[in-house]
Amino acid sequence: MTTIIIRGARPLAGDPVDLLIEDGVIAERGSGLSRARATVIDADGLVALPGLVDLHTHLREPGFETSETVLTGTRAAAAGGFTAVHAMANTSPVADTAGVVEQVASLGAHHGYATVRPIGAVTVGLAGERLSEIGAMARSRAAVRVFSDDGKCVHDALLMRRALEYVATFDGVIAQHAQEPRLTEGAQMNEGEVSAELGLAGWPAVAEEAIIARDVLLADAVGARLHVCHLSTAGSVEIVRWAKARGIRVTAEVTPHHLLLTEQLVADGGGDPYTSYDARFKVNPPLRRDEDVQALREALADGTIDIVATDHAPHPVESKECAWQEASFGMVGLESALSVVQTAMVDTGHFGWTDVARVLSRVPAEIGRLSGYDAPFEQGSPAHLTLIDPASRSVFGVGSLRGKGVNSPYLGRELPGRVVATIHGGVPTVIDGALRDAEEVSRG
Amino acid sequence: MRHLLSTADLTRDEAVGILDLAEDMADVATRAVPKLPTLRGRTVANLFFEDSTRTRLSFEAAAKRLSADVITFSAKGSSVSKGESLKDTAQTIAAMGVDAVVLRHSASGAAQVLAESDWIDAAVVNAGDGTHQHPTQGLLDAYTLRKTLHADASRGRDLDGVRVAIVGDVLHSRVARSNVWLLTTLGAHVTLVGPRTLLPMGVGAWPVDVTTDLDAAIAARPDAVMMLRVQQERMHAAFFPHEREYASGWSLDDDRFARLAADTIVMHPGPMNRGLEISARAADSPRSVILDQVTNGVSIRMAVLYLVLSGSDPREAAA
Repeated sequence: MTTIIIRGARPLAGDPVDLLIEDGVIAERGSGLSRARATVIDADGLVALPGLVDLHTHLREPGFETSETVLTGTRAAAAGGFTAVHAMANTSPVADTAGVVEQVASLGAHHGYATVRPIGAVTVGLAGERLSEIGAMARSRAAVRVFSDDGKCVHDALLMRRALEYVATFDGVIAQHAQEPRLTEGAQMNEGEVSAELGLAGWPAVAEEAIIARDVLLADAVGARLHVCHLSTAGSVEIVRWAKARGIRVTAEVTPHHLLLTEQLVADGGGDPYTSYDARFKVNPPLRRDEDVQALREALADGTIDIVATDHAPHPVESKECAWQEASFGMVGLESALSVVQTAMVDTGHFGWTDVARVLSRVPAEIGRLSGYDAPFEQGSPAHLTLIDPASRSVFGVGSLRGKGVNSPYLGRELPGRVVATIHGGVPTVIDGALRDAEEVSRG
Repeated sequence: MRHLLSTADLTRDEAVGILDLAEDMADVATRAVPKLPTLRGRTVANLFFEDSTRTRLSFEAAAKRLSADVITFSAKGSSVSKGESLKDTAQTIAAMGVDAVVLRHSASGAAQVLAESDWIDAAVVNAGDGTHQHPTQGLLDAYTLRKTLHADASRGRDLDGVRVAIVGDVLHSRVARSNVWLLTTLGAHVTLVGPRTLLPMGVGAWPVDVTTDLDAAIAARPDAVMMLRVQQERMHAAFFPHEREYASGWSLDDDRFARLAADTIVMHPGPMNRGLEISARAADSPRSVILDQVTNGVSIRMAVLYLVLSGSDPREAAA
């Protein structure tokens, strides 16, 4: 394993320091550090962040390798500054057995770009009928702690109650995709003025809020932990705020796109290369109103929303190059997440880089029960970190995407920040802004 | 005019220009040989991903009266049922040499996507996209209103001060949306009437009045009532309990028809559910302009095809 000296990086935008990385850990921090045969990274002026942790990634393998694989998805993650991703369960076969989750985790370990933490399905085949082998997945080598039927809501109240109780046995958490299915049959975009004019079936805010309200009450009743996926409305924020004030153990995530984009883009596309009804803005939950975006930013800043998670959802081109209602839901997000959070939260003055580290690294790791992220940059801590240049600005393009999917809503948009280097467990995955070769990374 | 996608894109002058040009086209129909050589050598493709015999025939008649060649694609028994996409179908037809595509599709926005993508170069005329727009229907309705009110003095006029009640399933109606934007652009005052379940959330932002009370809307003596078709399957999705209850609240039945002001006209885009949203007496009365709407549809579509294929400004063409 390489010895690395990072010179003059500013952890969390603080004072410059040298970091010595040896045997996968931060061996020393100080100034003027040197070691024979060390790779030196000149990080003068760069901000060092802990390795980012995504609690919501669709890696698509096994089953949908035309959209993404563990390798391509973790390369996209590394390019975005991530060192750990939680892989959603909606693969084929579904990640509802120990065998599937162990396979996904070991693929991640083999490639080495990021730690891959599989998320187990709550119900067999995501069908919402019977609990999947939650215990077996928890006790497997993949040590699953997050369970989700993401893409589908565990809408049966009894099944949700049992799931909350049962995962508590294993210190796990249910990550709920809050979508009342009957209220959203055929839904295409946020319900409101824009959907009315465009003639697209509405996805009402109440369909999300009603499930969150029910689930926090269930979590309270059985004393279990609940995580709310990709919260998207101002009303949902109010419910989570109320639940936290009552001491209910709920955590919530927001996606970068819900912090920046609104439903208006469905109507007008926002300019080249997008047009009206551009399916690259089709996502679930849908883009909402500007009032919702503002409420989500404030909730993330004040801690009501705990983390940012990408919901990176790659799709092949043909799934987006079609009429809106025929298109798939989802956007890629790993490569753009940090820049979008900088745009929506840092550059707007909502919070600083310490908070970015909190919402994109420490707390998602805590929720996922992933160790090694509680004391970044401390001597002896695992060397998961990313070096960024927040002053850089560039136009986001297809070339900025490193996974298989090009279904990004940010193409042609100027975004701040650039990932210069990513180090995963002491192994550089990105150097000088470029992904390292897969074989080199795999060798460690 | 490059494409016709939505009535919301039209200015008042453009809309009046199209209506005026349709007047000229209507005159052609009265000739011994009701045909113009204008679009000879041009090809119009009817791409109908959704069944609609009436609209397709109307566009076909319009294109043929302008001497254009017409090729027709309908989804039934075609490659669409084998999973071919809008993009591939459109490109395939366009590769055969097509100047304009008339598109009917079940997905809202399909015409916009086809027009604004770089998939084909042909002009696109929206012949109905999902629950979004059906602009030629809106135009033929405006034309019919203007013609009924002003007869031979119609040319150059808008619909300032004309009051129209649009009744029924507004939520799922592309006809209603096309009319709302076009009629209000032309200066008309529109009132939407229906049960709350069939009025879209967000309708408050539209430049119209909204009421659930059809009797009140009739008592206000509108110049026209436009009845929308009610899909029978809506009652199974809990939009209303059953046909009789719908009819008792929102049908233009004999009793309400009798209460209409003497000069109020009755419109319907067809096909009608007689006995559900409209009674036979209302539909067949002298105040019904329902068949005029069909006739005028051909003139409007001639005007639209002429404009997108000649690329000229409607006001010049009408001049």
